[in-house]
Amino acid sequence: MDLLNAIVALANFVLIPAVAYGSQLALGALGVTLIYGILRFSNFAHGDTMAFGTMVVVLVTWWLQSLGISLGPLPTALLAIPFGIAATAVLVLATDRAVYRFYRKQKAKPVILVIVSIGVMFIYNGLTRVILGPDDQRFADGERFIISAREFKAMTGLSEGLAIRTTQGITVVTAIIVVALLFWFLNRTRTGKSMRAYSDNEDLALLSGINPEKVERVTWLIVAALITVAGVLYGLDKSYKPFTYFQLLLPIFAAAIVGGLGNPLGAILGGFVIAFSEVGITYAWKKVLGYALPDSLAPDSLVQLLSTDYKFAVSFVILVIVLLFKPTGLMKGKAV
Amino acid sequence: MSGEPFLIGDSMTGGYGKSGPDILHDCTIAVERGEIAVIVGPNGAGKSTAMKAVFGMLNLRQGAVRLDGQDITELSPQARVRKGMGFVPQTSNIFTSMTVEENLEMGAFIREDDYRKTMEQVFELFPILREKRAQAAGELSGGQRQQVAVGRALMTQPKVLMLDEPTAGVSPIVMDELFDRIIEVARTGICILMVEQNARQALEIADKGYVLVQGANAHTGTGKDLLADPDVRRSFLGG
Repeated sequence: MDLLNAIVALANFVLIPAVAYGSQLALGALGVTLIYGILRFSNFAHGDTMAFGTMVVVLVTWWLQSLGISLGPLPTALLAIPFGIAATAVLVLATDRAVYRFYRKQKAKPVILVIVSIGVMFIYNGLTRVILGPDDQRFADGERFIISAREFKAMTGLSEGLAIRTTQGITVVTAIIVVALLFWFLNRTRTGKSMRAYSDNEDLALLSGINPEKVERVTWLIVAALITVAGVLYGLDKSYKPFTYFQLLLPIFAAAIVGGLGNPLGAILGGFVIAFSEVGITYAWKKVLGYALPDSLAPDSLVQLLSTDYKFAVSFVILVIVLLFKPTGLMKGKAV
Repeated sequence: MSGEPFLIGDSMTGGYGKSGPDILHDCTIAVERGEIAVIVGPNGAGKSTAMKAVFGMLNLRQGAVRLDGQDITELSPQARVRKGMGFVPQTSNIFTSMTVEENLEMGAFIREDDYRKTMEQVFELFPILREKRAQAAGELSGGQRQQVAVGRALMTQPKVLMLDEPTAGVSPIVMDELFDRIIEVARTGICILMVEQNARQALEIADKGYVLVQGANAHTGTGKDLLADPDVRRSFLGG
């Protein structure tokens, strides 16, 4: 039995990756939940909006790299994020004006908007593939590790290493900053409060003189920022591939629904619930258990509940369980 | 025009939607400055509809609405709020997920000037709201929620306050208290137009009462006159 090594192995293979992944999901889910709460539909184009925003950041990063501009130990992509946000904002605002507004005027049912957003999804999907292609792209540069496994072993003398990648550190720090800014905006500013009021009670908000067009515009701007940041963080941490981003739609939606649709705090909680479940269930626990249990009980098999190929099933199962037993999500959201 | 009431919905005929059947038939509702006017009548008489017509929430086929002598028939409800009309809907009249203070702030959304003084006045009128200012409005009791709703409407400093069944679903004690507060609001010079189920209590505080039947004026008079009218007593007040 060696608890210290067990804890280090657990942190290295489960806790740290799950916290980083959870932060990325939380940022994505915040976008979904804002659109659901304020524009009142489930935006299926969310994953491909993320792919688009990240694509712009990848292109601008390459351009900056070709100019020899870098951030030293930090990834150059951080410098390119504002460009990505601006391009994504233009894209979603143009889409809103050309597509969604038409259906809003007709007071179309949410399910129609969902179908419309699937159409938008295919268009974004094609747009990204035409511009950058469907392949894997690497755009991370700078220092790879904050602390590498070898350094950690040398420092502590433990047989297990603990590695913290720069991208994981950046993910968590950025997510905290972005979420803090978002909550400050929603709770402290007049425009943010008017967005909450509009989400809470549309008729009364109109009666109070809140301009729905402005609320909708600001919502799209915030969503563009959230989703671009989420996409870049995911891309830096893992890799950028449009199809993977499309697939991220599922865990992101699961996170938003598990947390309670329309509830920003819930989206964050949901992001971490999904991330920890996904990582925890697809991780092979043999090593951690080997350290934590007495030798006689040490497992022979991998103790992996599900192969990583099935990771999306985890979000699905959690989603079904929550919808069956707590349809409004863990934190009170709107019923789906 | 002098001599005309401050707010009047004059000979209103109309219904919901563009082609919906008429609900109001030549119905007239008016409020004088500083007075309380109450609309009563049996279920389905079109009381709330009459009030919504005055507020511009349905299309009038005939008739007009005038505020302080100005024709506002074509204005949207939002535009009427800017003209000085405050409206408290019967249901969903607060932002449940927001704090009491934020509800009042949202009430003052159209104001560019400093509204803290008005908020102070609302807190003086409804002291319980000051106590619960940081609490989510949805967590309050029925009577307190109505106070938030009225407070929100007062934040625009309206000249007319329109209340759609403010005492629906609250206990008799709370109802008395709400009526007291409404009288206090009227004393500050705001006219009040109110739809009420509790006809007897409402008429007792009313300067003017309108009894509607099937979307038309059946009886009109001062609150006292209507309470004394044997016809009105027999048909609505239970003898």
